[in-house]
Amino acid sequence: MSTRLSTGGKYLNRSDQRRFTFNGKQFTGYEGDTLASALLANDQMLMGRSFKYHRPRGVVASGAEEPNALVNLGTGGTFEPNQRATTTELFDGLTATSQNHWPSLEFDIGVANNAMARFFPAGFYYKTFMAPRAAWKHVFEPIVRQSAGLGQVPKDRDADTYEHFYAFYDVVIVGGGVAGLQAALAAGSAGAKVLLMEQTAHLGGRAVIDGGEVDGKPVDAWVADAGETLDAMPNVTVRLRMMGAGVYDHGYVLGYERVRDHDPMAEGPRHRLWRIRTQQIVTATGAIERPLSFAGNDIPGVMLASAVRDYVDGYGVSPGDRTVVVTNNDDAYRTAISLKKAGLEVPVILDARASGGGALADEAKGLGIRVETGKGIAKVKGGKRVTGVAVCAQAGEGAVLEEIACDAVAMSGGWSPVVHLWSHCGGKLFWDEDQAHFRPDPNRPPTSHDGKGFVIPAGSANGPMDLAEVMGDAHAAGLAAAKALGLKSGKAAAPKVAPQPEAAMEPVWLMPQGAGPKLRMKAWLDYQNDVKVSDVRLAAQEGYESVEHTKRYTTLGMATDQGKLSNINGLAVLSDALNQPIPATGTTTFRPPYTPISFGAIAGEARADTFQPLRKTPIHDWHEAQGAFFEPVGHWRRPYCFPRQGETHSDAVNREINQTRKSVGLLDASTLGKIIVKGPDAGRFLDMLYTNMMSTLKPGKCRYGLMCNENGFLIDDGVVARIDEDTFLCHTTTGGAERIHGWMEDWLQCEWWDWKVFTANVTEQFAQIAVVGPNARKVLEKLGGMDVSKDALAFMEWKDGQLGGFDCRAYRISFSGELSYEIAVPASQGRAFWDALLVAGEEFGMMPYGTEALHVMRAEKGFIMIGDETDGTVIPQDLGLNWAISKKKEDFLGKRAQERPHMTDPSRWKLVGLETLDGSVIPDGSYAIAEGTNANGQRNTQGRVTSTYYSPTLEKGIAMGLVLYGPDRMGEVIEFNKVDGSTVAARIVDPVFYDKDGEKQNV
Amino acid sequence: MSDLKSALPGARFDGFATVEETGLRGMVTLRGDLSSKVLAKAVKAAVGAGMPQSGQVSRGDKGLVAWMSPDELLLVVAHDLAGDIVVALNDALKGEHALAVNVSDARAVFRIAGDHAAEVLAKLAPVDLSDAAFPPGSFRRTRLAQIPAAFWRNEDGSFELVCFRSVADYAFGILSKSAMKGSRVGVL
Repeated sequence: MSTRLSTGGKYLNRSDQRRFTFNGKQFTGYEGDTLASALLANDQMLMGRSFKYHRPRGVVASGAEEPNALVNLGTGGTFEPNQRATTTELFDGLTATSQNHWPSLEFDIGVANNAMARFFPAGFYYKTFMAPRAAWKHVFEPIVRQSAGLGQVPKDRDADTYEHFYAFYDVVIVGGGVAGLQAALAAGSAGAKVLLMEQTAHLGGRAVIDGGEVDGKPVDAWVADAGETLDAMPNVTVRLRMMGAGVYDHGYVLGYERVRDHDPMAEGPRHRLWRIRTQQIVTATGAIERPLSFAGNDIPGVMLASAVRDYVDGYGVSPGDRTVVVTNNDDAYRTAISLKKAGLEVPVILDARASGGGALADEAKGLGIRVETGKGIAKVKGGKRVTGVAVCAQAGEGAVLEEIACDAVAMSGGWSPVVHLWSHCGGKLFWDEDQAHFRPDPNRPPTSHDGKGFVIPAGSANGPMDLAEVMGDAHAAGLAAAKALGLKSGKAAAPKVAPQPEAAMEPVWLMPQGAGPKLRMKAWLDYQNDVKVSDVRLAAQEGYESVEHTKRYTTLGMATDQGKLSNINGLAVLSDALNQPIPATGTTTFRPPYTPISFGAIAGEARADTFQPLRKTPIHDWHEAQGAFFEPVGHWRRPYCFPRQGETHSDAVNREINQTRKSVGLLDASTLGKIIVKGPDAGRFLDMLYTNMMSTLKPGKCRYGLMCNENGFLIDDGVVARIDEDTFLCHTTTGGAERIHGWMEDWLQCEWWDWKVFTANVTEQFAQIAVVGPNARKVLEKLGGMDVSKDALAFMEWKDGQLGGFDCRAYRISFSGELSYEIAVPASQGRAFWDALLVAGEEFGMMPYGTEALHVMRAEKGFIMIGDETDGTVIPQDLGLNWAISKKKEDFLGKRAQERPHMTDPSRWKLVGLETLDGSVIPDGSYAIAEGTNANGQRNTQGRVTSTYYSPTLEKGIAMGLVLYGPDRMGEVIEFNKVDGSTVAARIVDPVFYDKDGEKQNV
Repeated sequence: MSDLKSALPGARFDGFATVEETGLRGMVTLRGDLSSKVLAKAVKAAVGAGMPQSGQVSRGDKGLVAWMSPDELLLVVAHDLAGDIVVALNDALKGEHALAVNVSDARAVFRIAGDHAAEVLAKLAPVDLSDAAFPPGSFRRTRLAQIPAAFWRNEDGSFELVCFRSVADYAFGILSKSAMKGSRVGVL
């Protein structure tokens, strides 16, 4: 069994006990524990079930690379699936449950998949579910969904907060191990502004456990000193619990800070995503130990040798009384020595190398540990827990020489530098034959805007594994970063470390090297996705040569760990099967993030009430207080209607229209875009922007205009008012203000840069209120002030003046067909002016109307709406707006495009009015059907509805639509489809349903 | 008119820094040739300040002038001065190609104050706000989470931020969240 040792544990604070539960069971641990170490201390080796076969799985590693020990963490609003137990710091009250099992972790029905493993080979999804087609949805998918998958999806809203932080440094160092610390000392003492981030809660990395001496001090003392030195440097920032998640173009780095995962009751955000700009990046990300591929290497109790050492020395945990060590390198001997020194048994060290190890091997032997060279594991015995190993010759096929009882196996297949961050932005790798690993190719770094590299690997992330070499390399990396910034090296010197030569490692990709199919089927490469040596060989046999294809076919290296343990072993097996050298196979692509980061951190502040900016007019609060029903228009929220007690929305809309048409209504039109265009060339500029002539407009007058893009399509419309000789005010649609302002600036800055025109978006300077209806003038007269009579302010004129004491600009424009004034006042007076209007309008029963009433009234008048009648494919000619297209102007944006044959094709669908024969409302989005079907068996069409409403004025359904040869077919009846499959008959009519001669608006 | 209303009168949040709406402010957008002596003189007459360098504000007895773009300035003064300044600028700039327009009411203004006010903004705007890179007098037109904004740093270390009036609620919301107690980053 695994248990807590009575002494030891460098990371532990044994005076601070912590309680937690796992699958409902109460456990205790200490401050400094991870969830994984605390579970091991409580003899909970079994931590999860595998993805495909539901095999029992225990913890393999001790850090970010862990593939097995994934848990559901927390409950309710703090529930989060797929959390690695090895990187979850223990806190008091932690609750965790295991994943991917049913009904329980100990007894899982899905393990039947395990017995069926030979029916679930590589690519079985692709092979099995091909046919019959319908079976996927109804048979296969439900079964696969039930049995596969990792954690559960959270059901509650996340109770925590998250944030971003923009930061700027000269040098960012990822990794707070000895290499990162030394690089920070070197770059920092040269004067660079340095950020050092370490993903765990402590500095020093592996070296603290592995030991050694730096500058004559034990390495942990050196780490403590280095940390203090860096803290004292004002130009250096050190952050713990912060992972370098990704490296992006031009020195952009994402840092993922887990601010209070270890202390959930603390105030503040849970995670913080650092968005960092830097000149140079030093990746001191260390190395990850590789598993060995032998049969049964996934049985709980088989762990990485380095992890075993971490648990013993770092957390004071024994993984078992007897641990067999199996290795192809010297480093794993450190584990045997640690175990022995902790008073535990190491029955044997199986060294796959025939020649055995070096000085560390001698030290192990000196402690009385049995060492067998040229030997390996034929298979591990046990089910939910290791009970022993069968020993064989590495050179053979797995004939069992001896069985040795044990509780744990510590394996080491060598070390792979963590090259992820180096690779994210294009850094290349090369294969180091001596150490059998890929490491950064210094001649091919990721390059920045200047063609120079901006990432420098340091320490074991760059290949060296010996402490002396690591420190020298890291020092050089720090200096190189400073030099790239143009800084002279500071006073920090390369630390002195005595080299500790180790015997060369020997690559072992399969144990024993001649293992047959039976053993290969139990030799796991990827624990998280249940990919075995046999699966990769099968993929190769079936023609998968590219490592990227093999990854997708077998699922090797997918899911939350992205193959941190499995990739190199997997591609070595693939290379062997393809009979090619490993570098010819290459690696899969390293993509950010290094380990999964929370969605909350990505969203930052963009959630709940600040998910998106909502734009509000100066009168918004009044609308809200009236219980207005809002609709989004761009980022604005505009009142759709103002329902009164007992009214449906359509009741309210009808009331608002009737009241406006019969007496007077008012509309908050503040959202309409308002852009000032000024300069000697302003008229010329607007003539280019609008399809009609604007330069001839007289000051004091208004003109409706259409804007097209260079492809001829209608993009915006609105009323232009000429303020003076040099100045125009262009009204745009609500959603179009920013877009059209940008469009204007684009032309002025990029194309017509020598035209003398300035623009300014003054949309929000004004509250603009439309007073609409036959009594509109009376309301304004009651307010008193400027003359608003027909003679003083005629239709399509504007004037500055005062109304009710408010400085204002009044426009005689109408989008409803009624007598209508749009009155603009400074936004700070908008609400007060609105209130004054309400009082003045009381005797006329004046009431506000919303956007739906606005829409219906404009449709009754046959006015088009950008976004209804247009969709980016419609030109003004389609809408019968030829009257607004100048024939005199030599050019305007869209003119030439509108002359192309497709645009002048008479069979383009054109705008007409539509009146149903039965008075009903044609459903939104309906198509006019035609005879026959198209190549896909769909009904042919001859038009579509663009706007369709119930008109309370006409007391029937009215619509506008684009219809084939529409204007030539007045009076003809066509059929529109309905959702229920039936059709509705409508007559083609003039689109102007109300007051065709415009008498009502011109009074 | 007496009944003038800013976007969020009296809004205030106290966290590790303080966020408050400052009330209405006079603002004039001035576009023109920034190298023109006539324009510089008109600005001096309006605000009492010289022409600002790029990324800077300059200060005068009536307010400040911020550099918005190679052909745009923002004049920030008391609310009731803006209208007269527009008139004066138009007068002084007759014959020059320029545009002066009152945008006071199109804006909301917030002050972010406290020893670590810079951290509040650094959570929302991609700007280096370290003392070295953004000393008092610095000005930046930038992005605040999802909205456009501009801010400058005062001599006392506080910041004043300008955004569109319609998104004042959103701006106050994200500034307050970023100033939340317990959320200090500890580097600015």
